[in-house]
This record gives sequence, structure tokens and C-alpha cells, in this order.
Amino acid sequence: MSEGIGARVLRKEDKRFITGKGRYTDDIVEDNQAYAAFVRSPHAHARIVSIDTTAAMKMEGVETVLMGPELVADGIGNIICGWGVTSKDGSPMNMGAWSALATEKVRYVGDAVAIVVADTKSLAKLAAESVVVTYEELPVVVGSVEALEKGAPQLHDNAPGNLIFDWEIGDLAPTDAALAAAAHVTELDITNNRLAPNPMEPRSAIATFNEAEDHYTLYTTSQNPHVARLVLSAFYNVAPEHKLRVIAPDVGGGFGSKIYIYPEEIACLWAAMKSGRSIKWTSDRTEAFLTDAHGRDHVSKAKIGFDKDGMIVGLKVETKANLGAYMSLFSSAVPTYLYATLLSGQYNIANIYCNVQAVYTNTVPVDAYRGAGRPEACYVIERIMETAAREMGVDPSELRAKNFVTSFPHQTPVIMAYDSGDFAANQKQAQDAADVAGFAVRKSEAATRGKLRGLGYSNYIEACGIAPSAAVGSLGAGVGLWESAEVRVNPVGTIEILTGSHSHGQGHETTFAQIVAERFDLPTENIQIVHGDTDKVQFGMGTYGSRSGAVGMSAIVKAMDKVEAKVKKIAAHVLEAGEDDIVIEGGAVKVAGTDKQMLWHEVGLAAYTAHNIPEGMEPGLKESAFYDPTNFTFPAGCYICEVEVDPETGVTEVVQFVASDDFGTIINPMIVEGQVHGGIAQGIGQAMFENVVYDDAGQQLSASYMDYTMPRADDLPNYSVHHSSTTCPGNPLGMKGCGEAGAIGSPPAVINAITDAIGNNNLSMPATPAAVWTALQDVSIKLAAE
Amino acid sequence: MKIAMTVNGKSVSRDVTDNTLLVEYIRDHLRLTGTHVGCDTSQCGACVVHVDGQAMKSCTMLAASAEGAAITTVEGLAKSKDDLHPMQVAFKENHGLQCGFCTPGMIMTATDMVTRYQSQGKELTEDAIRHELEGNICRCTGYHNIVKSIADGASKMTTV
Repeated sequence: MSEGIGARVLRKEDKRFITGKGRYTDDIVEDNQAYAAFVRSPHAHARIVSIDTTAAMKMEGVETVLMGPELVADGIGNIICGWGVTSKDGSPMNMGAWSALATEKVRYVGDAVAIVVADTKSLAKLAAESVVVTYEELPVVVGSVEALEKGAPQLHDNAPGNLIFDWEIGDLAPTDAALAAAAHVTELDITNNRLAPNPMEPRSAIATFNEAEDHYTLYTTSQNPHVARLVLSAFYNVAPEHKLRVIAPDVGGGFGSKIYIYPEEIACLWAAMKSGRSIKWTSDRTEAFLTDAHGRDHVSKAKIGFDKDGMIVGLKVETKANLGAYMSLFSSAVPTYLYATLLSGQYNIANIYCNVQAVYTNTVPVDAYRGAGRPEACYVIERIMETAAREMGVDPSELRAKNFVTSFPHQTPVIMAYDSGDFAANQKQAQDAADVAGFAVRKSEAATRGKLRGLGYSNYIEACGIAPSAAVGSLGAGVGLWESAEVRVNPVGTIEILTGSHSHGQGHETTFAQIVAERFDLPTENIQIVHGDTDKVQFGMGTYGSRSGAVGMSAIVKAMDKVEAKVKKIAAHVLEAGEDDIVIEGGAVKVAGTDKQMLWHEVGLAAYTAHNIPEGMEPGLKESAFYDPTNFTFPAGCYICEVEVDPETGVTEVVQFVASDDFGTIINPMIVEGQVHGGIAQGIGQAMFENVVYDDAGQQLSASYMDYTMPRADDLPNYSVHHSSTTCPGNPLGMKGCGEAGAIGSPPAVINAITDAIGNNNLSMPATPAAVWTALQDVSIKLAAE
Repeated sequence: MKIAMTVNGKSVSRDVTDNTLLVEYIRDHLRLTGTHVGCDTSQCGACVVHVDGQAMKSCTMLAASAEGAAITTVEGLAKSKDDLHPMQVAFKENHGLQCGFCTPGMIMTATDMVTRYQSQGKELTEDAIRHELEGNICRCTGYHNIVKSIADGASKMTTV
């Protein structure tokens, strides 16, 4: 089947995007639509003394200005974090109150204070600027280390010392003992820089309240519209679920930042009810920098020990995770269960201990951004492995290889049970593709041009397809992490697949159709994927954590199993044959070894006319399924980066980037390669360009594309992408997930390459020309002193 | 104020406030929503259209400045409704888009780039494509397949 599993099918969704016919939230106009703008705090930490809306309310065309106290009085609930993490002393995490519109205090620049509704967007903005808020400024803290210091400004009364939780995993005493007895110990201080996700489509929402029906509709830029509806109903009391329809139409990228339910959607729904107008709000780019959840921001101390043969004996990591001013929806899970559980990397490590302190600061809330915890873990382990190899004077790839996990399942000391993989095969494939053997010659040649050439590895492993609902529930998750699907075979034989997964660039309309085409031997043009609307699709969990393949497609497979069984029963009945003799192929349902057959659409028609189906069978041909994973999946691979540094300027060029990934079964290699390309670009972005910068007053200095360096076409190389796959035993298609791997695996490869080139391991991300040049001066100063 | 111009081959005229940006005119007044807004600082290029045959960021230009001009948006790039421009075909065939948000701007920049290079008889190398794309940001593709798409689109445009 040319369009089935493994085929490079061109995307079904492309035509509307290349012709300008995509339908993103901001493209939609509702009847009687007004526009919202938010009054936002210009201070990082302040008490609200008074708010004067007189001037704004007097402006012609201003509908209303609404503030926090009224929102609270109307019973709109505080924004919550949905994953409870328990401190090592058994106490629950300290979640500070977060109202969609601030009531008494503001805690970061951009914190929403009031919503202004007006006839036009520009008028709403103008009116928002006319709202006069008097603040009493408070002391500010922006760094996690500083926030934990004695006497630091306090953000939330119920979080003394700004400590949200003090969590641990693994065994401390055996790890300390192993490190004390080690033949070689490598220590490394690591900062994982704060990033802004920056999907190209800014967040947007249109809220409508139908008073006659007592019913709300919300168009929103969401990766998980059902979760949004659940949270808006159950926790924020906006409306009960059956009175709220959430639609996430075409969504222009998410990368995690569109998982969460933000103050703006809540305020727009509430204001729609209060004002009787449909309300549209669309973020501008600076507003996105100030309000979209950021990613990363870890400060860690890591220590790894080896025996005399170079085998790892223990790993100890202490991390301070900056969660910003409030706890976003999954913020607590990112630096704990999505991070420390991956610290074993691809290696056999008997003893691991990790302590994580999560901290409030006067900055934008931090939550999952592409990779979410796993890039931070990968950066720790792959930077320290490379550093250790350099200290011990051994080949970094050999040090890694001798410590690889080679038999599966493999239980790590930090919860995860790796189910499959062949790490050596990935490393060999990457080394061959990168021509590592020829590196010395390339380095010498670069030197003749005055360039410093370096090579760096990163052997990543991550966990996707998260995960058995009971397991994540026992770890504190407030939701189950299954997925649902419905397969509707129409009377004419065409098929609609309704999925709880959400596509915002991943190409589900194509890949999901491919697995159906494979199963029923039909062309993909006869298959339509429906997603993103709570009125059409039964409850689903949405798309994040590279879960749409391993979990979302598994749900479709489960529903197709039921459809196939019913199709065979009907055909066996009509064709007077045994069910076991029925086969589906070539657009027909056949009795094997005979010329008796029904065309596919004839079975559909038979199911719906119900004139001649088995006695007792329900008419129709539609089945649904909920699939709960049995384990995480474990994509892994080896990335090799080669750079050239100009020592005069510190300007660094990535001259080669090779990826060898193990994603298990691949449905559409073209789409998978695209996911890897984009992930690597974001990883190189983190390593070399991107950085959210705050000054001491909590002002974000990098809140526009003039200031925050987004990687551009001439900053990046072509990528050499390869696959060396083992099958995942945990799901019916054998898939592992590919969405985040590139962003997880690439940063350490880049930094390992640059530090190799410049001969100084002391280099933080982003490795800007200034940072690289400075690190090079350290080397020359040292050399001069010697 | 009343302004008139040709958009995608049709004469259009609307009453607008004098501070209306060209992108607002295209999206909000003409309801051609293929042209997007991705930043506030003329950095991202999601809003690129052709003004009298040249690629322009429509977020940086007043609608009034386009009085009398011929504007082409992504909706008007193909010869007819049933047709695709060779660059549109190239983006599809080379998986040059994922979420699709930057795509209209990329395609409009790409067609302008190819036309300029071809009319000047210059070779559009990979380096040149990457350099020419400095005004367009994509967050999904890592540019690899966009660069491939434009090279392919260029050869398709020569043979058309």
C-alpha cells in the first residue's frame, strides 16, 4: 500500500496553508465582536493601591473595564497547577494563589490587572493605556538562587523562602558512598538558560456567551481543547462542561506554550458573559514574551564518579528550578518527574540521587517547553560525560559506549524502566554519517583558514507517550494520560477519524490517515481526520510530550480493531462464510481463496441499512476506544555536532549536524524528519542564540524579536538525519515519538563541540560570539601564564 | 479616508482610518486572512505581500501608502483558483511547512527572491536563499525544507 505505514505521503493539510486558506483563531470574526486589551503590571513586584478607570470608561466605543475583585466576587477560581509534588519531608507543594486578574499584588511584569473591552482593537489598547493604576513597589527577585537566599523578597505568603517544594529522588547515602569511593570524580556547574517558546502564531481567543442558551463558545490557540474545557469548568467555574464548547482551529505551533489555560481566556469568557459581546483578544509579540509560559531555567550542580575502568558508579545532581511568579498548569512535573527520571541517560548507573528545589521569582511562569525537563536532564548528563572523558583523557564516544545499557528491560534507579533500544547502533550510524574518522583532517584544514574546529556528541534518551494513567496518578498528576479515538465508517464507505490529539503543525491529518489506509487498504483521500472541537470529538487529552503517535494513534488502532471485527462479522453473514476466512484488501472485503466479496462501501451500506446483518447486531459502523499506555516510550539517539569558531570574533558556525534517532516504527519519514529538523533548530537556538534576560528590577530585556535572537535561515546548517530503529514493545504500532528529540538531544552536542574547539569547558548557553570570545580569552590568558 | 488599489487583480476601495496598516486593511477590511501578523517589529515576515511586484512587509506600511498600487497576497499568487503557483507546489512537495503560519510570508518572499535573481541572471545558491530569508522567521521547520522548497520552486519557475 503506497500510502500506508512508512510511506512519504505528502501532507493532506498543506493546500489550505499554501493558499492562505488556513483558519487560525485570529482569522475568525464573530457577530457583535468586540476586542479586549489587558492592563498589565509594569512592575515585577508591587501592591495595587488603586485603579482608576474613569478616563477609559468615558471613551466612546469602550464597552467595559473589569478588574480582579469583581472576578473573584463572581466566583471565578484561581489558576491551578494540576500536578501535586510532595517535598522530601512529606509536605505538599506550596501553591500560591493566582487570580486571572490580580487583586492585591502583582508579581511579574505583564501580570494582568484589568481587561478592557472596546469596539476596535486599537481603541481597546488605547483605553487600556488610560487606566491609571497606582502601585506601591516591592523589592524584586528574578534568579532562583537569589530567591532562596535569606532575606530575599517574598512572593507568596504560603511559600516561606519562596520555596515551592524541596523534592528528591534516588538514594542519597549509597550515591555519596559510591562517589566517595570512585577512582575519578567529575564535577560541573550547569545553567540551563530560560527560553521563550515563540510559536509563530501568537496566542488568541474569541469568547462568546449565548444568553438564551446559557452557553459559551471559546475559540482558542490550544494544544488540548478538552483539557482547557475541563479546567475552565472544574477549577475556574467559568461554565459547566456541557455549557462550554472549546474549539482549537488551525493552531500555528505550540511547543508546549499552548497547553496551559491562561488568564486571558478566562477573563475573555467572563467578560463575554458580563458584556454580552463576543470578545476577541490576540496577543502581540511582546505580550507573548511577557505572558506565554517560558521554558527551562535550571541551575544545577552535578557530580559523577567512575571506577578505575571508566565505569560509572554514581551520579548526584542538585537543581534549583525557577518556576516564575506563579505555578503554571504542569510546572511542578517538569523539573521533577520529567527531568530527574531521565538522569540515568543511556547508561547503566547503579546509584543516582537528585534534589530539586522549585522556587518562586518575579518572572513569567515557567512550564513545559519542547522537551520539558528532558532537555535539562540530557544537558546535565551529556555535558558531564563529555567533561569526564576530557578529564580522564579518553575518547568521549568510547566512555559513553562502555557504559551503555545493553539489555532490556532496564530498570534505572530513578523510576524509568527502559523497554528497548540499541544505543551502540545509533552511535555507530551517527559516527559513520559524520565521518568522525576524518575529523582530524578537517580540523587541520580549518586551522589553515584560522578557524578552530570542534566536535561534540550527545547521546540522548527521553521518555514520551506519557504514560499509564494509574502510574502518573500515583506520582501526583491530576489527570489521566490516555487518549481517545472514534472511527466512523460512513454508509458510502468513507471514514472519519475523530481524535483527542491535536495537530498544530505535526501533520496528523496525513499520518493518522495513513494508519487507517494501511489497515483497511483504502486511499487516504477517503479518510478525514477531525480534531480540535469539544462538540465534535469525545473527551481527549491533546498533544504534548510527543504522545500523538504512541498514545493517540494507539487509540485509533484500538477503535479500528473493533471496526474490523464488525466488518468481518457483517461480511461473513452476507457472504455466508466463516469470520476467520474474511480478509480486507484492495478496497474489498473478501472470503479468502474464493471470488466471493463485498466492496468496502457495500459493507458500510449493509451496516447502515441493517436489512441483512447478523441477528442481534446493532446497526451502524462506528466504534470508539480509549487507550491507556502501559509504559512510557523511550526514543533515543546519538547527535554529533561539528563547529568552526573564528577566534578573532567568537563567531561560531555549525558546519555539520548529524542525527541518528531511534523512534521505533515510523509512519511517515518525511514528517518525522521535519520534526527532527525543527527540534534541532530549537536546540541550536538554545545553545547559541536564545536567552530570556531580566534586569535586577524584573524588566524583561529580551521581549521582542529585536532583542531575543530567534534562529534564522542563515544561522543554521542543513541537517543530516538518520534512523536506526528498534520496535517499542509497549504499543500496537511499536512507536516511540519524535516531536521533542531534536530539542532534547542537540544543545549538549553543540556546547560539547564549541568547548572542544576552544579548549575551554567553562561556557554557558547561549554561546554567543561574546561568550565564546570571552571563553577564548580565558584560554589565552591561561596559556600566557603557563 | 477612502483608498483604492488593486488587490489580486481586482479593484478595491474602502473607507479606513488614516492609521490603518496595510496588513490590517488586507486582513480586517478585505478579509484576506492568509497574510499573517507574527510580531510587532517587522522581524518575522509572516505579513509579506507583493506591492507592485516587490515583496514588502505589510505590517510596516500604511494602507494609504499603497493607494493606487497593485497588491498580490498569497491568495492571489496562483493563476486561477484551481491552480497552484509553482512555489506553492514546491513547498508542499518538499515539506516546507508544518504549522503553516509563516508559510504565506515565506512563499511571497520566495517568489520575489526567485524573480529578482532570475531577472538579473544571478544564480540562486543555497547560501543566497538562506541570506535572503533573513527577514522571515519559521519556528517549526528549522529552515532545511524551506530552503529545499525555494530551490525547487526556483527551478519550477524557470520551466513554467
